[in-house]
Amino acid sequence: MANSIRIRAQISGDTATVKALITHPMETGQRKDKKTGNKIPAHFIQEVKCEHGGKVVVNAQWGAAVSKNPYLSFAFSGAKAGDTVKLSWVDNKGESDTAEAKVK
Amino acid sequence: MKRRSFLKGTMASSAVAVAVGAGLLNPRNVLAAWPQGAFDAKSFQDAMTGLFGSADNTASGDIQIKAPDIAENGAVVPVTVNTKMTNVSAIAIVAEKNGQPLAANFELAANAKGTVSTRIKMGKTMDVVAVVKSGGKLYTARKNVKVTIGGCGG
Repeated sequence: MANSIRIRAQISGDTATVKALITHPMETGQRKDKKTGNKIPAHFIQEVKCEHGGKVVVNAQWGAAVSKNPYLSFAFSGAKAGDTVKLSWVDNKGESDTAEAKVK
Repeated sequence: MKRRSFLKGTMASSAVAVAVGAGLLNPRNVLAAWPQGAFDAKSFQDAMTGLFGSADNTASGDIQIKAPDIAENGAVVPVTVNTKMTNVSAIAIVAEKNGQPLAANFELAANAKGTVSTRIKMGKTMDVVAVVKSGGKLYTARKNVKVTIGGCGG
């Protein structure tokens, strides 16, 4: 999959604020296709993991109630400019993606 | 005698079935970290039990929820949960009256701040509940969001 993640990490003091946008349909499995009347199968991100310096900082578990093209933001301490933050997601179909960003 | 042991047997197996239904013995919980039972749960209580093992919680004034008072589009409701509590190990966002109330859970490492933002879908007007796990206990705060167009139908 082409890169589906846009991630930015900004430092202030020793706290890095990470903002990320992921391109994903986040289908609930409850919507119906208007033409055929069939239900559109569920397709949503289940886990988003963010690592800094080899350690998991945030591990998010999502249900289908997270909006399409999800946005998330969080902050952690102990970072410095130039560090790498790695974000990866896995959805219920086993698809996944990973992106890295430098803390600025 | 036979009848009695038969009854006992069925009762024991139905208790197991109930436990599986409630997500307590969900095999996926053992295999994968993603808590299927908690996300499949139909009520706030069941979701909390599936996620944290208990639904006991205390309302807390130390949790702020930033969400719109009126959401025009229920498909995209920005929610930010912020707490100054220490030892926060998880923050969950629950849309109480959605078919499956649990929207998201963020497990936080020791150096993560008690702030998370995301955007969720809401089917109708309801309370957004933020659940903060701190020191092994659950604390909650809620905020009512009016939804003019639901975000779960098609």
